[in-house]
Amino acid sequence: MDDDDRVFKALADPTRRHLLDRLHERDGRTLTELESELAMTRFGVMKHLRVLEDAGVVTTRRSGREKLHFLNPVPIRLIHDRWIDKYTERRVAALADLKQELEESA
Amino acid sequence: MTTMTAQTTQVYAVFIKATPEQVWEAITTPDFTEKYFFGSRVTVTPAAYRGLNGEGADLVVGEVFEHDPPRRLAHSWRALYDPATAAEDASRVTWELEPQDGGVTKLTVVHDRLEGAPATAESVAGGWSYVLSGLKTLLETGQPLVG
Repeated sequence: MDDDDRVFKALADPTRRHLLDRLHERDGRTLTELESELAMTRFGVMKHLRVLEDAGVVTTRRSGREKLHFLNPVPIRLIHDRWIDKYTERRVAALADLKQELEESA
Repeated sequence: MTTMTAQTTQVYAVFIKATPEQVWEAITTPDFTEKYFFGSRVTVTPAAYRGLNGEGADLVVGEVFEHDPPRRLAHSWRALYDPATAAEDASRVTWELEPQDGGVTKLTVVHDRLEGAPATAESVAGGWSYVLSGLKTLLETGQPLVG
């Protein structure tokens, strides 16, 4: 699996997207805090966090005895820059061509 | 990124296929930074961090707290490009460069102490992802991001 595969896999699950939204709302949370907002066992939340960490979209820092989880948007940005930009550019170009064609035939 | 209240500690990480020395050079050399850092020309000395625009006006100024090439750089951050951010307290930016297996460097940027700088926190929340994505692309392909 390459880096992009890991990010797509990490995002392809509603619970993991929910975890990212929770971190987007407030960053730097402990497992216990995140667990309290999900109807899921601690083990289940840990498993999902592991997938998010492997993909790099969650990064952790130690603060004293606590392990804090932070949303890291850089891998999502990389996918945006690598894929989304490229396709929207083409779509805009395709629409521009279509408009020109329709106007010419009208 | 639109956040109602931007975070007072923000952490960004990216894996770059380059040595820590190359990454260090890319974050401290103006000819590099202007290709991915919103056009700003950054200079770093053991005392000061400065980002200048093309006309030589200060965009970001900071006092350097830690200068340990090519592993760690920490400095204060005052964003002067906007009157709202310029009026705020200084925040702190820490760059950590960790060599990984396979000629890869993990670069982590921590922007914290943003409690007294809400406009800065909001301003940089979307910016760091863009900057680090551009830095990775530049180092790995030799080309700046287009658009």
